[in-house]
Amino acid sequence: MQQAFFDLADFIDAHLLPGERFTAWLAAETSDFVRFNHARVRQAGRVTQAHLTLRLVAAHKQVAVNLTLTGEREADRALVLQQLDELRGQLADVAQDPHLLLSDERHVACDVLNPPCDAAAIVAAVTAQAAPYDFVGFLACGAIANGFAASSGSRLWSEKTSFNLDWSLYAQADKAVKCAYAGLTWDDAAFATKLAQAAQQLLLLQRPAKTLPPGAYRAFFSPVALESLLSMLNWGGFSEKQLRVKRSPLLKLQAGETAFSPLVTLTENTADGLAPAFQGEGFLKPAQVPLVTAGVLTGSLVSPRTAQEYGLAANADGEETTQSLHMAPGDLPDADVLQRLGTGIYVGNLWYLNFSDRMNARVTGMTRFATFWVEDGAIVAPLNVMRFDDSLYRLLGEHLEALTVERALLVDTDTYGARHTASSLLPGALVGRVELVL
Amino acid sequence: MHALKTTFARLRPAVDFCALRIVETRGETLSVRQDVQEPLTRMVDRGAMVTVIHQGGYGYAATSLLTEAGLRAAVDEAKRWADISRTRSVFDYSLVQLPQPSGTYRSPHVASAPTWQRAELLELLMAESRAAKLDPRIVDWGATIALLETRQLYISHAAAVNGEPGVEQEWRFVMPGASVTAFADGDTQTRSLGGQYNGYCQQGGLEIVQASGLLGAGRRVAEEALELLTAPNCPTGTLDLLLLPEQMLLQLHESIGHPLELDRILGDERNYAGTSFVTPEMFGSYRYGSDLLNVAYDPTIPQEFASYGWDDDGSPAQKHLLIENGILRRPLGGAISQARAGLPGVANARACSWNRAPIDRMANLNIEPGDATLAELIASVDRGVLMDTNVSWSIDDSRNKFQFGCERGVLIEGGKLAGVVKNPNYRGISATFWRSLKRVGNASTAHTMGTPFCGKGEPNQIIRVGHASPACLFANIDVFGGET
Repeated sequence: MQQAFFDLADFIDAHLLPGERFTAWLAAETSDFVRFNHARVRQAGRVTQAHLTLRLVAAHKQVAVNLTLTGEREADRALVLQQLDELRGQLADVAQDPHLLLSDERHVACDVLNPPCDAAAIVAAVTAQAAPYDFVGFLACGAIANGFAASSGSRLWSEKTSFNLDWSLYAQADKAVKCAYAGLTWDDAAFATKLAQAAQQLLLLQRPAKTLPPGAYRAFFSPVALESLLSMLNWGGFSEKQLRVKRSPLLKLQAGETAFSPLVTLTENTADGLAPAFQGEGFLKPAQVPLVTAGVLTGSLVSPRTAQEYGLAANADGEETTQSLHMAPGDLPDADVLQRLGTGIYVGNLWYLNFSDRMNARVTGMTRFATFWVEDGAIVAPLNVMRFDDSLYRLLGEHLEALTVERALLVDTDTYGARHTASSLLPGALVGRVELVL
Repeated sequence: MHALKTTFARLRPAVDFCALRIVETRGETLSVRQDVQEPLTRMVDRGAMVTVIHQGGYGYAATSLLTEAGLRAAVDEAKRWADISRTRSVFDYSLVQLPQPSGTYRSPHVASAPTWQRAELLELLMAESRAAKLDPRIVDWGATIALLETRQLYISHAAAVNGEPGVEQEWRFVMPGASVTAFADGDTQTRSLGGQYNGYCQQGGLEIVQASGLLGAGRRVAEEALELLTAPNCPTGTLDLLLLPEQMLLQLHESIGHPLELDRILGDERNYAGTSFVTPEMFGSYRYGSDLLNVAYDPTIPQEFASYGWDDDGSPAQKHLLIENGILRRPLGGAISQARAGLPGVANARACSWNRAPIDRMANLNIEPGDATLAELIASVDRGVLMDTNVSWSIDDSRNKFQFGCERGVLIEGGKLAGVVKNPNYRGISATFWRSLKRVGNASTAHTMGTPFCGKGEPNQIIRVGHASPACLFANIDVFGGET
């Protein structure tokens, strides 16, 4: 696939007219998708797709098309030629773009890792091992490839074959344990171990559930729950453009009107992430971009477009969102979490977060899956789902008591349009109070 | 597409059932932000999904290689997955008889000549953008129009062999929008045209741009954003709540649409989108709302965003009341879910494109109009808040406990509007909220809206849904504002 993409890029280059430049971004995958319900298969199949975003630039104007490739050389060449003609026609309709910025540098790199991945074997293992349980989940398995090519001579390629099994074990009604098993090489024994650990938690979920009255409670957010909270900062929080136009929920942090706890240090860590280290305008991303250092906003994510508009250096994708967010660990060992929590809520997962007051970083959302009421350092009962509504400035600020020593690598399971490649490395967080409202 | 039907007919899948769904989409988005054209991006997408049911198993394969070799490989792959799942399926798929229909459906005006004049539309958007920058406190502003044209063929292998035409559907979607942000004294307020997610999207031609109010929206939306900057926060209390269609679409979508999806009720979505507080035995007797609540699945309104003639499993689409005089009647479930649950349903097995398999979606979900004008609704409120245009949405995984926020609120005191408030929010529980519905606006208060961005499913799918609703009045709802 890599050679086919680079050949197509050479073909495009050879068919440009004087004064024209191009960029090409390929997002391709061959994915086996399997849904499970009640430990059996609900829906299974394979998707083979390759989307090429072809940008034509001339006279400080740009137009682009997102085109589905067929995988056949001559057919794809014909498609590209036809689209180049259409793009040329459209250049006449558009104005010069003052924010256009493409990398002029020539980068050549290739990162390929394709271990064997047998989805049918995984399905057999899952349905056999999970048979005693009310198992529901989703397997995505196969190769994901991203490529970039441009008139500058850049030829970049990233290709990995992996599996991602995102699953839950249900006790009853909405009481469940949520788990994940992702990697490059499937291991039946490793899955069996995870399944056994989840089954142990099921015993706790089978206890009579507790319903809390609204109010303030001590709480521990697991790394997965903390990821839900931090994901709200990707709604424009770290975006330089959104900061400039006053729509970032971190505006007050930027202005110094408030600060997160000194425990909070956040970094976009491309070097240790799973996403490609290059982006659609041909820039290589920095290995690390400090975003919050000891509670203070120290950086932002700058797309090439924003960089051109405000005279900055580009360091991010066009969306200006984190792809590899890492949070510095704290000093609370996992083993001591329940003891330090004392009496309060152990939040395994959160769900459906949104801003209730964006400018004050106030967020609402629900508890979900394995969330427990804890008394004197011991789990007492599963909790019926509760709504929280609180500010991240408080939860990650004055109310943050500790972060765990251990961190979890969380692999994005989203498959909107295509399988996503984002990841995060996060600790758990102990907070002195969180406001439950319903 | 016609040639591919012949190609498909030549294949000999040797399976119990095989269907082909080809989807071709061309789209284009024009945007102006802060008086600068955003990069013009088009999409040209073409591919096919083959579905196989064989000996009780179900499998699919999606490919963009639309040649005989490509389709044959897809058939083989779909059959392989049907074989793999045959002894492990949650349901014996041999028990469902999928229809093998033929027919055509077209969006309004789709057969007429294209009216998409790119340069003129960019000028229009630029004019609205410039009109929005009417004050130094305006810090971000823009307008957009998106066009999507989709052609789809669905045909079973048996129909193709018999030379039947299958189902050909052709849609044109237009999605206008505008948004303005104002900032002063540390506060930011954003106002939009029909929401920040293209609420005035419809099927048809450029008459939708006119009908949406985009012309003149730049200045009007900017003035409303500035007004919000100086408004007090929404009060906290248990008050009457009057929701306009620009919020009703979200209320309806989240707390009626999703809980009635049959695949959620069957547990398919428990690992991702969630389950439902609705259970199968509730249909026919459960009081979902007050007597005034009538909710329809209605794919027959031509301009509504998710109208169609057949769903993606080939079931013919027709209107059904899901909730009648407050009583729950029917779930949102396609042919396979109906067979699994033993319940009647609707034609709503839908896929977002050729690369995703059909699942239960809500399509057009509408609240039937009542008898009150907007003035009568306002006059009937002693103390309450009118809320307009969704900006925040959150609901639990059973679709029960919700909290929603709007861009703009207006106090109602003594039956009269009494001033704009900012950051209006409210929360409630679906199972009781709809029983507090105390008055429903008439057709003059209704808008036919929708969104291109309903997310669900594994693998994930974002799909188009339509929602038409009148203004609705609810009694004794917990409302509140932003941080004080």
